[in-house]
Amino acid sequence: MKAVITVTGKDTVGIIADVSAVCAKHRANILDITQSVLSEYFAMIMLADIDSLNIGFSDFVDALEELGRGKGLVIHAMHEDIFNTMHHI
Amino acid sequence: MINTQDILETINMIREENLDIRTITMGISLWDCVSEDTDRLCEKIYDKITTRAEHLVRTGREIEKMYGIPIVNKRVSVTPVSLIGGASTPEGYLKIAHTLQRAADTLGINFIGGFSALVQKGMTVGAENMIAVIPEALSETRNVCSSVNVASTKAGINMDAIALMGSAIKRAAYLTRDDNSIACAKLVVFANVPEDNPFMAGAFCGVGEPETAINVGVSGPGVVASAIRRAGDCNLSELADVIKKTAFKITRVGQLVANEAAKRLDTPFGIVDLSLAPTPAVGDSVAYILEGMGLESCGAHGTTAALAMLNDAVKKGGVMASSHVGGLSGAFIPVSEDAGMIAAAERGALTLEKLEAMTAVCSVGLDMIAVPGDTPEEVIDGIIADEIAIGVVNTKTTAVRIIPAYGKSAGESVEFGGLLGTAPIMSLNTYSPAKFIRRGGRIPAPIHSLKN
Repeated sequence: MKAVITVTGKDTVGIIADVSAVCAKHRANILDITQSVLSEYFAMIMLADIDSLNIGFSDFVDALEELGRGKGLVIHAMHEDIFNTMHHI
Repeated sequence: MINTQDILETINMIREENLDIRTITMGISLWDCVSEDTDRLCEKIYDKITTRAEHLVRTGREIEKMYGIPIVNKRVSVTPVSLIGGASTPEGYLKIAHTLQRAADTLGINFIGGFSALVQKGMTVGAENMIAVIPEALSETRNVCSSVNVASTKAGINMDAIALMGSAIKRAAYLTRDDNSIACAKLVVFANVPEDNPFMAGAFCGVGEPETAINVGVSGPGVVASAIRRAGDCNLSELADVIKKTAFKITRVGQLVANEAAKRLDTPFGIVDLSLAPTPAVGDSVAYILEGMGLESCGAHGTTAALAMLNDAVKKGGVMASSHVGGLSGAFIPVSEDAGMIAAAERGALTLEKLEAMTAVCSVGLDMIAVPGDTPEEVIDGIIADEIAIGVVNTKTTAVRIIPAYGKSAGESVEFGGLLGTAPIMSLNTYSPAKFIRRGGRIPAPIHSLKN
């Protein structure tokens, strides 16, 4: 199973490192990253394998949101199925 | 990797355009609770509901987290109480209503529906006893919802039942006069009521339903309105296509959530209701969709045609996205729950007569309409009879949820708060239908009901 993690907010040093650290801590394996910075605005979409998560997915979502709150970023993690279901027949 | 554009589109729908799952409703059959002794009956009802739906709220929250989409309400619908409590006195039925409230409190759900009676052809003693205490039941509880089916295309229209409902609505308004007559917002009168509807106030678990079932209602007027805005100056064929595609996406999410809830709760999946359910939030309005289609204001001439197209396109897009479709399925037009409808009614563009015409081509009926508190009972009966006739003749569901706001008159408004919103009090044609209503009896089923 995969999760899509989206991160948006004002660009600062170490955003990817911080998000990756939470993923590593909870054993989410990052598969792909796309990111862009537009007028100091940072946007990243990350795809992570969550089969080996060492906590429940809800707790993982909470951990990322908490990181976001501390850094002034909006971070959401969502199960990939919502995107697959909505956009593929 | 999933297409970045698709990810952004989905996230935008949820964060900016108010896409949500309006409700996961668990239908629970209460047939096995039947008992001659009311206390025993209540005990069994409480135990069954709180056992079967024990994990409903928690599961809803987990799914919300998993897919990152709000699930606004978690609800329970039960077998019509008039049937389960068939041997009860009016006091016994009132006890059942309090039992339902107690179960709702224990579970932490938003609403429990099924204080209901099916009297399209006539009334049993049980149904009559239950209808007699609907006003008390709704004013003494907070989360219990009630519905009465007074007509069907097969049976015709039970005018005696309609007369009873007019009086029940007036009394419910009076009993909750200190709270904007809110009991009336929890009471709906139906024709051709669906038995698997997840939406309140009309949800109940029909007689042909399984032990338990998961029924899901989706929302998403904001998403459709944005898609129409983006489509620009296209013609109506193209616009219908845009709506269909959007409805497909919205409904697919409903199906996904329904499947996951059914799996986690070990309960069969029932249906997805292909609905466009507005909320009072700005941008989450069916009226704004109609205005986005090109009307100066909802209620303008052309509104019925625009709504007919919208409703049809929603169904066409949604039906392929779900394995089983049911409930009310279509666009809702509850006045108090839709910022655009409220504005249109306040500016005088949207009248009760126009709303009645609109209900011939969309999902439900005259929904969340506030009228002056001194409206005579027979006028309310007449409003119900007209609306019900539209449903019976067109072989569709119609309903009336009307609030004669006690002590208020046209031009004022009543504030219900939350999803129920704010209702501007609409003026009425008060010429009396009393003599017609008092004739009583049953309006025969229309000729096209004879299909066999």
